[in-house]
Amino acid sequence: MALYELTIPISEKEVRALHVGDTVRLSGVMVTGRDVAHKYMVENLIRAAAIPESERPLYEELRRLLNGGVIYHCGPVVRQLPPPLSPPERGGEVRASPERGMEVGASPERGGEGRGRWEFVAAGPTTSIREEVYEPEVIAHFGLRGVIGKGGMGPETLRACREHGAVYFHAVGGAASLIADTVKEVVTVYKKDEFGVPEAFWVIRVEGFPLVVTMDSHGRSVHDEVEAASKAALARLVGLEL
Amino acid sequence: MGDLVETFVELIRRASTELPADVEAALRAAREREDPDSAAASTLETILQNVALARASSTPVCQDTGVPVFYVYHPQGLSTRQLRAQIEAAVAEATRRAYLRPNAVDSLTGRNSGNNVGIGFPTCHFNNGLGKERNGLGKERNGLGKERNGLRKERMRVDLLLKGGGSENVGTQYKLPYEPLKAGRDLEGVRRVVLDAVYQAQGQGCAPGVLGITIGGDRGTGYVHAKEQFFRPLDNVNPLPELAALEERLLRECNELGIGPMGCGGKTTLLGVKIGVLHRLPACYFVSIAYMCWACRRARLEVLEDKTTFS
Repeated sequence: MALYELTIPISEKEVRALHVGDTVRLSGVMVTGRDVAHKYMVENLIRAAAIPESERPLYEELRRLLNGGVIYHCGPVVRQLPPPLSPPERGGEVRASPERGMEVGASPERGGEGRGRWEFVAAGPTTSIREEVYEPEVIAHFGLRGVIGKGGMGPETLRACREHGAVYFHAVGGAASLIADTVKEVVTVYKKDEFGVPEAFWVIRVEGFPLVVTMDSHGRSVHDEVEAASKAALARLVGLEL
Repeated sequence: MGDLVETFVELIRRASTELPADVEAALRAAREREDPDSAAASTLETILQNVALARASSTPVCQDTGVPVFYVYHPQGLSTRQLRAQIEAAVAEATRRAYLRPNAVDSLTGRNSGNNVGIGFPTCHFNNGLGKERNGLGKERNGLGKERNGLRKERMRVDLLLKGGGSENVGTQYKLPYEPLKAGRDLEGVRRVVLDAVYQAQGQGCAPGVLGITIGGDRGTGYVHAKEQFFRPLDNVNPLPELAALEERLLRECNELGIGPMGCGGKTTLLGVKIGVLHRLPACYFVSIAYMCWACRRARLEVLEDKTTFS
């Protein structure tokens, strides 16, 4: 079991080097997405005959972020920050603040609802298995290299990981405040008004996010192994063949 | 009784950001039991660090602050309508202060209400006095006997549980007899289905969790009273000897399943098992299992004549 420091975007070679049990400290820009976001991506962006004009900007942005990128199954608790001072009051500078969530440069192409105006207060993972029906297509279509969540995913996702070169990273469920501390900047958010805070696409820059690989790109899954072992234990405890 | 909104906000803040001492102690003991180099030990260490950080910074222990479930024991004559209005105002304010995540979603439109207030949300149970009938355990049988004597002077008591969604998804209800496990209508049958429920849950409920179980009741009351078991301190022993024995046995055997913290393998799968009973219909024998994650968030508020205390 090895420890890796990885930065997004992640290459296929880097992903294929990972094995179940490896710990990773992950840095870079990732996107949160859970139940509503996955259904949206698959039904409106991936399977749609044509992507509606209104969704094109978000689609292009997701393609850019997720290619070699990571999706985090998370519905955060967020706090809105007061708006930063506008440049003229500061002598024409846009100040970059190292503090979590402060505005770091106004970039015209970075759309979304409120650049740099948010702070992540609590941000542990949600249970991933609910996205099992969508994740393989998201991995295939966008070139995703990693999925972060808790509780693992199923056989179809495991297969997609092997075929396309991706892994499942397990974050500690409920390490909400600790993980929020690794979020150094909330870059922007998409679909917050339509999906609500927990379900929106939050684009975040993280540093040193601690993770364990529990499903790798070689067909191994800790979750399958624990399930099999616990089934055997259950059979013994009830004296039945199951 | 006056304006209790700010008092309720403080109750919510405590429940959300300060893990109860007995739960934290159980997590520490669990960490000691695991092999030092294991993923299980590392997970528990991370959880404990998070608990300390959340308490120090007054941030939610978990981002899924769940549905707030209030159990309000109030004196006669107090308007429950007014109390509910104050609770709703407190919940909205606590959301604004980021003690709670906005979690109330309209089931028809999918729209998040934004302030944790919605149809039947938050959940409030109102009781005139301390209601021995409420929890189905009777005043002799709820394991809180000694405390109850001190409560006569209370004007009001509010117990708050924050029940997260991940764990709620792995709660389940069996009707006995349950053929796949050869579980009959007796405590042995109860043991079998509880083991099965924990096996099915794997790590999805954020193990190591706590089980609240009701034997009996109907499909509704079974689940409601199962959640009330989460207010029993983890080291509280069931006053009914046969249930105390079953609680201890189930805790031990569920840990033998080896599911471990987050379901990634380990010696601790549960922190506690708490069982209550309700009378039932002859035709029905339900075993209702509420699954609480390791972040067993509960807090109590007592309003006395001259002061307010939290615990």
